[in-house]
Amino acid sequence: MSVVQQKSEVARGAGRGGARRFSLTPTPTVTVYLALAVLLVVGSVLVGIQGGVLLDQGGILNILTRSTVLGLVAVGQTIVIINGSLDLSVAYLVGLCSLVAAETMAGSDGMMVPGVLLALGVAAVVGLVNGLVVTVLKVNAFIATLGVALILRGYLEENYTGPAGSVPRAFQHLGFDRVGPVPIGVLLMLAIAGAAWWYLRRTRGGYHMYAVGGDIDVARLSGVRTGRTIVTAHVLCAVAAGLAGVFLAGRLGSGAPYVGTDAGYDLESIAAVVLGGTALAGGRGGVVGTIGGVLILSTLDTIFDDLAVDPFFKDVVRGVVLIVAVALYARRQLSRRSG
Amino acid sequence: MSASEQDVVVRLTGITKSFLGVPVLRGVDLELRAGEVHALMGENGAGKSTLLKVLAGVHRPDSGRIEVNGEEVVFGTPREAQQAGIAIIHQEFNLLEHRSVAENVHLGREPVRRGRVDRRRMEEDTRKLLDWLGEDGIDPAAPISRLSVAQKQVVEIVKALSTDAKVLAMDEPTAALADQEVELLYDLVDRLRKRGIAILYVSHRMREVFDLSGRITVLKDGAFVTCAPTTEMTSDQLVRHMVGRSLDALYPDRATDEDLGEVRLALRGAGNQRVREVTFELRSGEIVGIAGLQGSGRSAIARAIWGVEPFTTGTLELDGVARRITDPRAAVRLGIGFVTEDRKSEGLALRQSIRDNALLVRRAALPGSAGRKRSDLAALLKSVTVVARGEHQEVRYLSGGNQQKVVLAKWLAVGPRVLVVDEPTRGIDVGAKQAVHRLLRDLARQGVAVLMISSELPELIGMSDRILVVHEGAIAGELPAGASEEAVMGLATGHGIGEVA
Repeated sequence: MSVVQQKSEVARGAGRGGARRFSLTPTPTVTVYLALAVLLVVGSVLVGIQGGVLLDQGGILNILTRSTVLGLVAVGQTIVIINGSLDLSVAYLVGLCSLVAAETMAGSDGMMVPGVLLALGVAAVVGLVNGLVVTVLKVNAFIATLGVALILRGYLEENYTGPAGSVPRAFQHLGFDRVGPVPIGVLLMLAIAGAAWWYLRRTRGGYHMYAVGGDIDVARLSGVRTGRTIVTAHVLCAVAAGLAGVFLAGRLGSGAPYVGTDAGYDLESIAAVVLGGTALAGGRGGVVGTIGGVLILSTLDTIFDDLAVDPFFKDVVRGVVLIVAVALYARRQLSRRSG
Repeated sequence: MSASEQDVVVRLTGITKSFLGVPVLRGVDLELRAGEVHALMGENGAGKSTLLKVLAGVHRPDSGRIEVNGEEVVFGTPREAQQAGIAIIHQEFNLLEHRSVAENVHLGREPVRRGRVDRRRMEEDTRKLLDWLGEDGIDPAAPISRLSVAQKQVVEIVKALSTDAKVLAMDEPTAALADQEVELLYDLVDRLRKRGIAILYVSHRMREVFDLSGRITVLKDGAFVTCAPTTEMTSDQLVRHMVGRSLDALYPDRATDEDLGEVRLALRGAGNQRVREVTFELRSGEIVGIAGLQGSGRSAIARAIWGVEPFTTGTLELDGVARRITDPRAAVRLGIGFVTEDRKSEGLALRQSIRDNALLVRRAALPGSAGRKRSDLAALLKSVTVVARGEHQEVRYLSGGNQQKVVLAKWLAVGPRVLVVDEPTRGIDVGAKQAVHRLLRDLARQGVAVLMISSELPELIGMSDRILVVHEGAIAGELPAGASEEAVMGLATGHGIGEVA
């Protein structure tokens, strides 16, 4: 006799909010790609009315290129947010890493590898600091990473007024070359996203990240080393941002202190993650959704550029899209909880 | 005792532990043998949970020895205790709602093959353990949020067993279960015991302890009182050991005819998605119990009265006036109080002070000056006998019993005319239970109409002046005061035929 068979009778009526509704609501990841498809269709029509073409090769390339840097940063951001943490220092870190890479290379081909490694090393250290402040000093991640962001800003403002360093021509190829039709940068971003997906969904470390974000006490009592998990997440996030900085150095030919903040990668990356269906509280979501979120944001930008709309209206639409998306996810959760 | 010496799996001797200079455990001894169910009893605050956490490696004892299979061990982290074969099922569920059964079972110890988590083996192992327990209705790949409370309990047990546990400590395992689910847990515990696992069973429910355990250890105020075979102890003796005095009359006297006043709350043919055709009257001065299986709709009636999920059909009358209550705020303003089933998530703002919690409803829902008037808080807290360091202590640091008293204080602060209480004594100790019972009865004497829901039949029968039994969303019948448990269960399971008293 199974305990559960008997109980299933009880379970049937046990939901709090009335008859159980087995809704066919798609997961946020599916929703995001559906929204992206709709957006592409609507965008194509709108651009078409004005006599342009949205999805020719140039247009697609434009969307993908716009997605590269934000994609790198947002993938890292996804990892920390799944842990229930957050990183607001990524924007300054992108700038810092572009400078470290460009200044180390100083135009010489031989310094390319050391430049990249040093930039990623600096990023890792910043991530480590973020992680330790959050776990050891137990400072709320919002404040901890905001503090680190301010420190980075102070350093950048004190020491730089504009672009510095230069990258060798060979390295600039990273920013512009293509493999077939696809830019290297896009491949790099997708490779990083793939690696992050693998790590989160297939490895023990990734499982622990979902557990920590889902409920840190449960994770700890189950024997997960929660501190170590959160620190790892912050380091991975920072390295992803560092990589974005290195890539930008290649694209721009030099390091630029405010390249990250001008584009607002801190909040933009969080927006992409949330748009992609990852819960800001942690424990749910993933990289696939985030990439969808990034593509939506960059598609919107491309459409607006093609239509030459006023930048204010552009921001209004982006804001509305973000709020509507999160409201939809929240509704879905409510109906599940009561069902 | 010496005969079974070699079966001793875990022995704790002279365990002490203080928090911020306050001793919580003072020299506690405990011995667990393979294949025994050992009950750990004591009032809330007696140190049971702390002792469990010491055993689980969550807290490190200040002094004392922990021996596992005769060898002294020191646990620095929960992980080390797990590796030594000790598994704890904590009072609150330790499951991730959005992860699958298998992922939860293996959390922290996921099997890895060639660098990746071996999902198939994880599900395989989980299925094997479920089979071993004789549970085949749970899909290892299903997310926890789809399971019933009882199934979650099974998953907790499987999770504990997957560590190759030799010792399984269960802290209030029945707190979240309805009566008939408890029976099924008995069955499970028995199967575990027969397989040679030592079970440490912490519960407030006397009946469970006497039904299940082989030996009982009693703690009082952090100190070891006694350890004796269950057969050599009566429930009176046990209570005396626990509270240091005997509990005279278990339940306060029922309402007399003079106590009963006019009808306060009347439902006529009321219904919504969960319940239908609910008709009853609640008079001032009486306590009416609502019995029913979990999910039968008994809580749904309470939630509907209070406007959380309002009635969509029928009428609700308060003092003879028909009212539509569509949100809790309206209910509060009409003088209805509701002590929710889930104290921690719905009843209290855990990180706020006792004061803020007790005044929450008054401040939030009462109009103007009534909400701001200088409080009689001290008298209020005294009337519910909250034991705390002061009114500014955060409620999360209080024991379950004291937390519940704060919830009651919160409602007393607004002077309700109808009080609905859902599981008022869940997970609180004998002493506090009695205090809550007395408080409810005093309220009734002062003219409040009390509607009480409880899974604990003896309590429901002992407290109620009348009992309404709910079955599948409708009232199956009404029973007079002092009805037998059989009569109530008969109606609740749909076997009996209702008779109106």
